[in-house]
Amino acid sequence: MKNKSLVSINDFTREEHIRILELAGAFEKRPKQRILEDYVVATLFFEPSTRTRLSFESAATRLGARVIGFTDSSSSSVTKGESLRDTILTVSNYCDIIVMRHPREGSARFASEVATVPVINAGDGANQHPTQTLLDLYSIRKTQGSLDNLNVAFVGDLKYGRTVHSLVQALCNYNTTFHLVSPLELKLPSAVKMSIKERNLEYTQSTDLQEVISKVDILYMTRIQKERFSDPLDYEKVKNAYVLRNSMLDTAKPNLKILHPLPRVNEITTDVDNNPKAYYFTQALNGVFVRQALLASILGVVE
Amino acid sequence: MEKEILRKELQVSAIENGTVIDHIPSASVFQVIKILNLTEYQDQLLIATNLDSQKMGKKGIIKVSNMFFKSDEINKIALFAPTATLIIIQNFKVVEKKKVEVPDYAENIVKCFNPNCITNNEEISTLFTVIDKKDLKLRCHYCEKITARKNIAFR
Repeated sequence: MKNKSLVSINDFTREEHIRILELAGAFEKRPKQRILEDYVVATLFFEPSTRTRLSFESAATRLGARVIGFTDSSSSSVTKGESLRDTILTVSNYCDIIVMRHPREGSARFASEVATVPVINAGDGANQHPTQTLLDLYSIRKTQGSLDNLNVAFVGDLKYGRTVHSLVQALCNYNTTFHLVSPLELKLPSAVKMSIKERNLEYTQSTDLQEVISKVDILYMTRIQKERFSDPLDYEKVKNAYVLRNSMLDTAKPNLKILHPLPRVNEITTDVDNNPKAYYFTQALNGVFVRQALLASILGVVE
Repeated sequence: MEKEILRKELQVSAIENGTVIDHIPSASVFQVIKILNLTEYQDQLLIATNLDSQKMGKKGIIKVSNMFFKSDEINKIALFAPTATLIIIQNFKVVEKKKVEVPDYAENIVKCFNPNCITNNEEISTLFTVIDKKDLKLRCHYCEKITARKNIAFR
C-alpha cells in the first residue's frame, strides 16, 4: 500500500482492508510509537470537520509526525481565488502525505491525480469517506470476531448518508445479510442496492425498527435530518419512529452492538449509553487506530 | 418507395469523396458538428435537419467532403446520436457503411450532471466510464455519480 492514495473504499482490495484492520489492532495495543518522526502530514480541511480532523491529527501525532494544514477554507488561499490544483501542487512540496476534506464530490480523486504525494480522502462532499468505513469495519470485526456472515441493520437516513452507502458496499464482500430500516422517503438508493443484488445477498427492507432488533448482530444508527423532507409534516410523522431507547433492546441478541457515525442528536436516547451494547464512542476511538494504520502503511513505514 | 428515399437523400447534394453521417436525431445535429470540430471546417460541409425519414420520422444528415474520421473520434457522437450511420464515399460511391458504437469511456465530451462535482467547479477534463451501453449510463470518474441518458449534456 506504500504511496497508494485512498480516495474510495473500492481503491483497496478486501485483502488490503483486512491488512489495515490487523495493523490497526496492533496500534490499539501500542498506540504511542514514534515511527513517523521524520514525516510531515498535511491536513487540508476545506470545510470544517472537528472529529475527523482531530482523529487524524491525533493518529499522526501519536506516531511522532508533524502536522501542518488548515481547518477551514477561510484560512487558506482559497479565499484569494486559488484553484484546488494549485493548492494541492503547492502543498505537495511541503509534506509527505495529504489528508483532505473538501465540500465538492470528486475533489479527492482529482487531488490524488495532481498531488506528488499520496492523498487520503477525509470526505469529499456526499461521495466517499473511506476512513470512516474502515473504522466501521474495524469496530464490527472487533466486536463480532469476524466480518463474515453477519446480520447488519442500517437505520434512519439511508438515502443521503454516505457512511451507510460506503459501508454497505464494503460489507458486500463478507456475505452480510442486510436489514434496511428507513422511512419510505429515505430508502437506500437503487445504485447502492444494486451492489447487494449483484452479489445475491439477502436483504430485508422495512419501516419498523423494533422488528429487526432481535435479528441482528450490528445495529447501525444514523440521524434523520429535518431538511431532507420537502414537507415538514412528513418529518413529524416519522421522526420518533427511528429513535432507539434502552427498553427496545430487551429482545436483542447478546452479541449485538450499536454503532453510530456521530454526531448523535436524539436518535439514540442517553439511557442507551450505559448499556454494554452501546459501542459508538469506542467506535470513534477506533478511528484513531485505523488512521494510524493507514498513515504508517501508506508512508511505507510498516508493511 | 426506394426511389422516393433516393429522391429525399438527394435533397442534400452528393459528395464525391468523404463521409456521410446519416440518421442523426434532428435535435443532435448541431451537437455532432461541435463534437467533431466541424464548425471551422474549411472544405465542403453539407448539413440538413428535419428531413423526413421512414425509420425515424425526422432525421438529420451531415456530409463532410474529403474527411475520413478515426473510429474512436467518430464513436464520440454515439453518446448523442446512437442511431447514426456512417457512410464512406469514394468517387460518389458508397464503399463502407457502419453504425456508430458507444465507446467504453467518454473523455471531456459530456458534462457531469452533478452540480457539486469538482469537474463543474474547477478547470478539469471530465472522464466517464460507460457502465451501460444500451440504456446509456455513465459513471463519473471523479464524483462517482451516474449520469443517465436523460441528463447527458454536452460540455
